[in-house]
Amino acid sequence: MNRMLSIAWKEMIQARRDRLTMGMMFGIPIIQLLLFGYAINTDVRNISTVVYDQDHSAESRGFVRRMEATGFYAVVGHVDSYEQIGVAMRSREAMVALVVPPRFGAEVEAGRRSQLQLVVDGSDPQVVASATNTALSLASARSSDLSVERLQRLGQPVAMASQLIAMEPATWYNPDLRTAVFIVPGLVGVILTMTLVMFTAMAIARERERGTLEQLIVSPIRSMELTVGKIVPYIGVGYLQMTLILLVGSWVFDVPIVGSVGLLYLLSVFFIAASLAVGLFFSTLAKTQQQAMQMSFFFLLPNILLSGFMFPWEAMPAPARWLSTILPLTHYLRVIRGIVLKGASFAELGAELVWLAGLTLILIVVVSMRFQKKLD
Amino acid sequence: MGDPVVVEGLSRHFGKLVAVSDVSFRVHRGEIFGLLGPNGAGKSTTLRMLCGILDPSGGRATVVGFDVEKEPEQVKQNIGYMTQRFSLYEDLTVEENLHFYAGIYGLGRAARRKRVPEELDRAGLSERRAQISGTLSGGWKQRLALVCATIHQPPLLFLDEPTAGVDPVSRREFWAHIHRIASVGTTVIVTTHYMDEAERCHRLAFIFRGTLLDIGTPAEVIERREIRVCIVSTPNVASAMDLLESHPAVDEVAPFGDRLRLATLGGVDPIALAKEVLDAGPGVADAREIVPNVEDAFVAMVHSEARHGGGR
Repeated sequence: MNRMLSIAWKEMIQARRDRLTMGMMFGIPIIQLLLFGYAINTDVRNISTVVYDQDHSAESRGFVRRMEATGFYAVVGHVDSYEQIGVAMRSREAMVALVVPPRFGAEVEAGRRSQLQLVVDGSDPQVVASATNTALSLASARSSDLSVERLQRLGQPVAMASQLIAMEPATWYNPDLRTAVFIVPGLVGVILTMTLVMFTAMAIARERERGTLEQLIVSPIRSMELTVGKIVPYIGVGYLQMTLILLVGSWVFDVPIVGSVGLLYLLSVFFIAASLAVGLFFSTLAKTQQQAMQMSFFFLLPNILLSGFMFPWEAMPAPARWLSTILPLTHYLRVIRGIVLKGASFAELGAELVWLAGLTLILIVVVSMRFQKKLD
Repeated sequence: MGDPVVVEGLSRHFGKLVAVSDVSFRVHRGEIFGLLGPNGAGKSTTLRMLCGILDPSGGRATVVGFDVEKEPEQVKQNIGYMTQRFSLYEDLTVEENLHFYAGIYGLGRAARRKRVPEELDRAGLSERRAQISGTLSGGWKQRLALVCATIHQPPLLFLDEPTAGVDPVSRREFWAHIHRIASVGTTVIVTTHYMDEAERCHRLAFIFRGTLLDIGTPAEVIERREIRVCIVSTPNVASAMDLLESHPAVDEVAPFGDRLRLATLGGVDPIALAKEVLDAGPGVADAREIVPNVEDAFVAMVHSEARHGGGR
């Protein structure tokens, strides 16, 4: 009994002295609670929507108003062609597009059936079903209203068999709504985040632990040479991992790469650099390899939950979305899904690249400011 | 050309702790200069300031003509540095370690190809070229670490307790090598708390609690203390120690196997003193005077410091 209590007593003292462990003991439950509470939200709201209105009638504008009134769709703009719908979806301005045919209002007015189209971005299957179903019920509700109105006005009923406004759902990019197609490209980002951040975070902590860092500090090597030299091999590692996941994804899960592989490899360097810079930042904070590993795991959690890898980003409340914009993975997921699933072009991914490059730059400045060639 | 190391009033605090306080000395070219002191005396802190990896809190130091605080990178280019931890990459082979450090110090590919085998050969490491460094014995690790620290042929070499954890034979070989390096004009500054090593230095600086107590050749330092030492055989070592310890002329009494080692201050004859004091007690069976060493001088200094400046 005494022996056991002595162990327990010693354990408590050590836990209290180790501030990082202490922080994690109490910090992790709270942060996890907040992250999960925010992230796990399947009732999607405010899906960004563009309208391709070829009619410009009171009826078409009315339908758009009723869509917005559901709180489910947020109209972010109007387009003039299917081509522009594609651009909007590839650059992630919109996930949904409503297409109104010419003479829609006039046809409906005349009591003839007319068909609307709802184009949904299938690259996030979780959004598709609810986006489609809501539109279908809106169309049928408006149809019955019109039937009643018409009956009151003209005294003549419409054929009840068919509703006046039909809604044709169309899913672009991943029309079969296969989960693997959505998950595998995202997994590239998650795995790169996990491994690259941890590798670099531990790489310098290891030198510090073994005493070789002092030997490097006392040599004429420049901070920049040391930090860049440290990360260059891992850029190669990142590319190998990415290639491996995409190959296995293609063979085993039949995930096609719609866009340009060259573009994907070119743009991935931004994300790899950002992840390595995060790792280097941790390595300036961590004194031991163990701390470096703890920090990396701690960092991984919000990445998985808030980046849009698992849960629809659109469904998250504003604070969670703000937080997620400083995570490199959030932007890279859009890049890789954009290229792999939708064949997005360089220009369509511009905003995400600006973010990734900006984050990398800020981190590198912070790291080189923190990494002084001094011992204290 | 001036002295390669000039230290003037150098100090360093860590928060409230004063690690080094107002230390001044000069080291001449080709000299093996020892910084001697117990653990925590401020030796390593001084060395790190001289290497430009720790900023002084006060005073200044120039190393091969460069100010350690303002031009640390020029300092680093011109020094070799080896610590007791032998900062080798334990998972690299002997040859890979040497190649790595040669590259870090800016040796080009061609120079590396030429120098690395030469240095391995000279250090007797050629046969172990492909061995993983972590599996080397302490003595071989030390040799490799020294080769790594000097691959760029620096004019100044800093050694921070270079022989910690190394067997006596390897230590001797190591010191022989250090003297060879110094004989061709390289200046060496070495910290140690091994007194036998201190005697192998050309000049010594004694550091205690961050302050410099004395500086000079080993002989000068011993001479200044006016110590005489004898070995006393007595039937009862414990009671003889008790009797001798309280005598004002005694600097130290220490057990020496089954005998006593007695050091006196102020040139007092230790044999006469032992006989005078012990005749009332266990008596002296035999006594013989020996030559005092650096350790005696160091102990005397620490004792005197405890008596006069003990308040600190």
